[in-house]
Amino acid sequence: MLQGVFIIFLFQLIGEMVQKYFALTVPGPVIGLVLLLLMLLLLDKRGAAVKARFEQGLATTSATLLGHLPLLFVPIGVGVVMHISVLEGHLLAVLAVIFLGTVASIGFSALLMQKLQGMGKRHG
Amino acid sequence: MADQQRLYDIWVYLQAEPLFWLTLTIGAYLLGDLCYRRSGMFPLLNPVALGIIIVSAVLLLFGIQYERYFEGAKFIHFLLGPATVSLAFPIYRKWSLISTNAKAILTTVLLGSVFAILVTYALASLFSLERDIVLSLLPRSVTAPIAMGVSEIIGGIPSLTAIITIVTGIIGAAFGTFTLDLLRVREMSARGFAIGLASHGIGTARAMSRNETAGVFAAVAMGLSGIVTALVVPLIVYLLAV
Repeated sequence: MLQGVFIIFLFQLIGEMVQKYFALTVPGPVIGLVLLLLMLLLLDKRGAAVKARFEQGLATTSATLLGHLPLLFVPIGVGVVMHISVLEGHLLAVLAVIFLGTVASIGFSALLMQKLQGMGKRHG
Repeated sequence: MADQQRLYDIWVYLQAEPLFWLTLTIGAYLLGDLCYRRSGMFPLLNPVALGIIIVSAVLLLFGIQYERYFEGAKFIHFLLGPATVSLAFPIYRKWSLISTNAKAILTTVLLGSVFAILVTYALASLFSLERDIVLSLLPRSVTAPIAMGVSEIIGGIPSLTAIITIVTGIIGAAFGTFTLDLLRVREMSARGFAIGLASHGIGTARAMSRNETAGVFAAVAMGLSGIVTALVVPLIVYLLAV
């Protein structure tokens, strides 16, 4: 477990450093995610023995962190509620745009993805 | 009287301690989760939304500044970074499923991200919102740090974008399942992908808590749409001369 925590923190740290150094808009943790994924995939090809050493720890830590992922958004969500007044008179219109736009986007992407997956199966 | 004074002293002490705010945050979330389960998983009663409402109600009721609450709650907030990194592990485990769907994933992320931006622009124009609000709305589907960066580049208001982005996530988490059921999308990968694409981390968190495949596809969609949106929004703003 502790080993898993260390690896995850280390990759976030590297991600944050890369983000700062190259002044990227992609957040540090996302860069850390990509780097950790790349390392795991590389070790899959060569270095299975090295990977076996920390895979269990990583599995436990990631399951713990991801098990209650929605909880981690509560503090920032409270911030939104407390600062919602910045929208003043536009609140309803903005909420309508967000609601309709999000529902439409989810519907569009899901149907498109499902169609493309279906086509892939028929041809492949 | 002396008892009341002591209670007040304890309250003053607790307010300054992270423990109180951490307990409140976790408690509110657990209570939200309980209500959600008891209601037979009614989408509007989802644990994040309820947790946020309960904590906000406590803060408003006792006149607590958000900054004071966040002093304590930041320890939970901090875990968002490591949690994001740890998404690498389930993605790695489902890697073969992802690579067999690579074509569908890339096409959907490109068209889906552009659709999200255009539909937002169309709706914002329909409601005749002011230019700086329209610009702040455009990158709303992607994770807050990217959305804020894009907003700044195109001349929006980054702090407004942050709020809009979080609201987008909560709406995606609350209404995504309902929308997908209505459209009869049954494939977990397509369901998760759409939610992650349209409502970033909060949607992904929701998908992950329901089904691992959905969660993994949501995480992949969130990452890729973040990159696509960062590149495409400035281009669309230029082309449409917003």
